[in-house]
Amino acid sequence: MTQALLMRYLLWPLVKFLGAFIVVQAIVAAMNWVERRLLGLIQARLGPNRVGWHGLLQIVADPIKFLLKEDIVPSSSEKVAYFLGPMLPLIPTFMVYCLIPFGPPPMFIAARVNVALLLVLALTSTGVYGIILGGWASNNKYSLMGGLRSAAQMVSYEVPFGLSIVGVLMICGSLDLVRIVDYQANNAWNLFPQIVAFFIFFVSMNAENNRTPFDLPEAESELVAGYHTEYSAMKFAFFMLAEYSAMIVNSCLVTLLFLGGWTMAIDGKGLTTQQLVSMGVLGGIIGLAIFLTKMMFFMFVYIWFRATFPRFRFDQLMDLGWKWMIPLALGNIVVTGVFVLIGQERLMYWIGLATLGAIGFHIFRKPVPAVKAKTAHEVAHAS
Amino acid sequence: MFDVHEMEINFGPQHPSTHGVLRVLLSVDGERIINAKPVIGYLHRGTEKLFEHMAYPQCVPHTDRMDYVASATNNLGFVEAVEKLMGVTAQIPKRAQLMRVILSELQRISSHLLWLATHAIDIGAMTPFFYCFREREQILDLFENYCGARLTLNCMRIGGMPDDLPPGWLDDLEEFTGKFDAAVDEYESLLTNNRIWKRRTVGIGVISPEEAIEWGVTGPPLRGSGVNWDLRKALPYECYSELDFEVPLGINGDTYDRYLCRMAEMRQSNRILKQCIPMINATPAGDIKAKISRVVRPPEGEVYHSIESPKGELGYYIIADGKSTNAYRCHVRPPSFVNLQALPAMAKGHLVADLVALIGTIDIVLGEVDR
Repeated sequence: MTQALLMRYLLWPLVKFLGAFIVVQAIVAAMNWVERRLLGLIQARLGPNRVGWHGLLQIVADPIKFLLKEDIVPSSSEKVAYFLGPMLPLIPTFMVYCLIPFGPPPMFIAARVNVALLLVLALTSTGVYGIILGGWASNNKYSLMGGLRSAAQMVSYEVPFGLSIVGVLMICGSLDLVRIVDYQANNAWNLFPQIVAFFIFFVSMNAENNRTPFDLPEAESELVAGYHTEYSAMKFAFFMLAEYSAMIVNSCLVTLLFLGGWTMAIDGKGLTTQQLVSMGVLGGIIGLAIFLTKMMFFMFVYIWFRATFPRFRFDQLMDLGWKWMIPLALGNIVVTGVFVLIGQERLMYWIGLATLGAIGFHIFRKPVPAVKAKTAHEVAHAS
Repeated sequence: MFDVHEMEINFGPQHPSTHGVLRVLLSVDGERIINAKPVIGYLHRGTEKLFEHMAYPQCVPHTDRMDYVASATNNLGFVEAVEKLMGVTAQIPKRAQLMRVILSELQRISSHLLWLATHAIDIGAMTPFFYCFREREQILDLFENYCGARLTLNCMRIGGMPDDLPPGWLDDLEEFTGKFDAAVDEYESLLTNNRIWKRRTVGIGVISPEEAIEWGVTGPPLRGSGVNWDLRKALPYECYSELDFEVPLGINGDTYDRYLCRMAEMRQSNRILKQCIPMINATPAGDIKAKISRVVRPPEGEVYHSIESPKGELGYYIIADGKSTNAYRCHVRPPSFVNLQALPAMAKGHLVADLVALIGTIDIVLGEVDR
């Protein structure tokens, strides 16, 4: 009996966590290669293609390099905090892997918690402490500025990040990620009724992860390297690891909350959780594949953004957060509340679909002409 | 009430976006710049002093090292100044003049491409960097095919050009000019109407036309403020007066207008190049040198001659004693050095992030600032 309990509550979750951990870390390492190759593709260059087949061994070469580099500790740094800085952001992101269902339960979730979403939010938002601590402990003015920027940015974007989820919760009526996914399989992706929330969530998620166009805390051209200016070797790698892990966590979250997670069903028809579970191991693999595909799409968008956008300025970032995203998120809650109150959730799906259609129409209205930009002498008078 | 401390930051000389070894002493209140003081001199090589101890033709390669991303225009300014001092300007054959114009305009494009690449990456857009370098590489290939060097060209001589164009060079040039306008469209599609780009550049570092003139600012920063002053039009040298091109002007004098000006200038330079190709085909091959004595010994006197380099007015002031083959004194008026003066005034009250955009928009090359 004790053995069975031990198996069920300790060993089995641990194995699953390790599985998730290894898979996610593999994805993190692979993302490093994928990002550089993709950026290369977008930027008319090759990217790393020397080590191994198409540069794939770069994934191995980078950690080896990081391990072998000299680990420099600035003499004037605050030693304890300096060491803690890179570690702290890793712990919560790793913990979150326990809570995220990567496929149909109970196989692909280490710990099913009924307030999983709340816990995930709570854990991910602690990631910033490491950055602040690291930035401050480095005793470098650029690092300090990076850390402070990071703090302000995280605090500002945590609010719309959290608020945008409220609409989803109101519709699904649960904080359990599995039930949120099941609700979507039985109705439709939350993307449609919660289109505004989706965009807010997506933008704040970019800001949370310090990714372009919100990469102000590290802003290479302004702050040298921001909070990790003084970090080298494995400590620097830990910051990178935390950043990419957090990116994956957020991509998982957006998949779970808005894109139906591992299911591929509308109105209960298609690959719902029950359907996948009844298919046994194959169903599990299909579910995992669907989930990873959706997640990787968002990872791709992260990279795509990085290649496309210039960086916001700090005050503009705050403007966007406080003046646009938070009011929009609050408005979304009110509107969703009204619809839920009058029992017309279905209507929201159609409105969302219409909005998406309108956006699509606007983008693909005509073959987008290469922006024949106003040359300066059109702007002004010519000689 | 509160004890407010200004923070002093050393921005540079080793910083990813000070474009070399510029050091800016910043006093900041949070991220707002209270005072920005450029400190220069880290790349001082005493070029002007060197000129006093070298025969005139020996000076030409040293001019390469001043604005090292636009060496053809540096060569041009120096050889023209010496030619003017010798009074042989009118004797330079048409073909040599056209070759000089072609090389300078290619150099202008390549310098502006480098500016756009770094300016964009400073503001955080990394992709234009690679797109610009793709075209810049083609220009450098053209340079290499002409004179063997890609960056420090040393491609002009007092009295003409060192060599005639190699066979097929003009075809390569024609191919480049044919494709380049589309390339500029591509850069602009990434930036010109980009909201974040506009938010980062519109209204940043405004210089009024009066201020610009008072500071002695020249080149695109001056024209971005709407002052119509381009030496190619105002004091035409070589055969610029025969060429048809416009001088793009801005209105607001902010970073965005300067950006637009430079983008339009690249299109105009391409227009000039396109006109030069049939003109140079009409000149006799090999006629690239004026008949002047091998030993360059200008008569006693002094001269100030300036040209429109990619960055502004590049002037050479030379005093000759009439006896020796080297200058008694040679002074360079580098556009970057003078334009850099406006930085503190432009930066005041902006954020640290804007300082990077401002350094980019002035388009300085420290080799030229420090000489």
